[in-house]
Amino acid sequence: MRKIIEASTAAAIGVKLSRPQVIPMYPITPQTHIVERLAEFINDGELDADMIHVESEHSAISAAIGSQATGVRTFTATASQGLALMHEILHIVSGMRLPVVMEVANRALSAPISIWNDHQDSISARDTGWIQLYVESAQEALDTVIQAFKIAEDKNVLLPAMVCLDGFTLTHVFEPVDVPSQVNVDKFLPKYKPAFCLDTKKPITMGPIAYPNSFMEFKGAEHLAMKNALKVIKETNTQFKNQFGRGYGDGLIETYRLKDAKYAVVCMGTIVGTSRVVVDKLRKQGKKVGLIKLKSFRPFPIEEILKVTKGLKAIAVADRNISLGQEGALFSEIRSALYGKSKTIVSGFIAGLGGRDVKEETIEKMFDKINNGGTIWLK
Amino acid sequence: MLEIRIHGRGGQGAVSTGQIMAIAAFHDKKESQSFPIFGVERSGAPVQAFVRISDKKINLRSQVYHPKIVLVLEPSLIEVVDVTQGLLKDGLVIINSDKPAKDFKLNCKVETIDATSIAMKVFGRPIVNTLMIGAFAKITNLLSKESLKKAMDEKFLYSKGKKISDLNKKAIEEIMGQK
Repeated sequence: MRKIIEASTAAAIGVKLSRPQVIPMYPITPQTHIVERLAEFINDGELDADMIHVESEHSAISAAIGSQATGVRTFTATASQGLALMHEILHIVSGMRLPVVMEVANRALSAPISIWNDHQDSISARDTGWIQLYVESAQEALDTVIQAFKIAEDKNVLLPAMVCLDGFTLTHVFEPVDVPSQVNVDKFLPKYKPAFCLDTKKPITMGPIAYPNSFMEFKGAEHLAMKNALKVIKETNTQFKNQFGRGYGDGLIETYRLKDAKYAVVCMGTIVGTSRVVVDKLRKQGKKVGLIKLKSFRPFPIEEILKVTKGLKAIAVADRNISLGQEGALFSEIRSALYGKSKTIVSGFIAGLGGRDVKEETIEKMFDKINNGGTIWLK
Repeated sequence: MLEIRIHGRGGQGAVSTGQIMAIAAFHDKKESQSFPIFGVERSGAPVQAFVRISDKKINLRSQVYHPKIVLVLEPSLIEVVDVTQGLLKDGLVIINSDKPAKDFKLNCKVETIDATSIAMKVFGRPIVNTLMIGAFAKITNLLSKESLKKAMDEKFLYSKGKKISDLNKKAIEEIMGQK
């Protein structure tokens, strides 16, 4: 059913339709609306789940480990400092191969204090072994959380997943959303059957010490699982498309007006929407430009990026994050993917930090300086 | 695509104003979008919210820089904020004021509505946002009365109850009915 709702509500509905049984939570701006809606769903009897009110994000993600380890589908949400406080536990969730799903309402990291959007929080958690999917609309937020459970729980993956949505710039936007029926979501995402769990009848140990003779094997298996996720994300997107009539590119990336393009902008999150508008505008002026939306930052779709950038003269990579003294994270990844295999010029642009608005002109500037080859700050 | 900017003070409901307008436009079978500029909210501080209404899917995610219509929920804001900033040439500013439009020298088309007085009559309190939406709809014909009433239910029935929802619908009747 089509409705007009806040993106946070859409994200929460996606969670509700996925039927998690435990939601440990600690509120933080701009994520709070998501867990508030979930609390309402539980209170109104629409969602049969236990919400655990904990004293910090460190406890929220720790409680999520406990619950998921007993074989229960578990969800939590956070942002910014909350994600930073979870950091040491994030590695433990993935290391224990627990498919927890978390929504991150992307927000800058202090200091100075900023409650507004950029991607520094989730990008700083890049190497924690979590899948990271970035979305551009309320609809995609709803759809992606449902997919995220399916991807994370796949037996060839068994890794936790973050669904990253831009704080305020998306979370607080009212817009139309098609809400799928519970019956259809149940078909797509059946009842959770854990691959393994804590059970007194069949005792196992999770997360014990690994001596130097086995640690690398554990990490190797996780690495392989993350690589497997590339295929699983694509398959899940195709299944979703078949069942619900909408998908997001191939699940990993999506291209827009790229067919005969010579230049393209590469971006994640809400910048994608504004870039679509700019591409349309420049196309009207006869410029051969297109767009590459990166949805899956982890795992990173190297082959797909190589394929779609083939023949492009230059690409502009927009980063809503910065590795200080170096460059944006997406820029590094794209350049590394293309290194030695492509003649396409890759230019990096730092934009939209701490809630700085990314305007149409911001994207136009990227196209203007697309042959630069270095990193430019767009204030 | 029509772009609207709303100026209010923290606590006046500028954010809800935008949401209700977007909800009503949706029920009028349009594509719509609404969002606020969030500050670290304080009661009384200047607040802005935006609405986009279009026949086509809205992809743009930047703030609104060139509104066609501006709503000013509180006239004293005009001293503090440039409410005409970026206003399109044929743009319109609708101000909540008991003064006639010609008293506002804004270099653009201005309409005033004494929303505070009507609000005192309907709500017994100076809650002006619903009346300003009604004024917008009456002046521009861009939102239907039926959709606005539907939007009031969607916005208030669950969160504030039937009484508040009905009062807001009455406020819409009050302003859109009167000439």
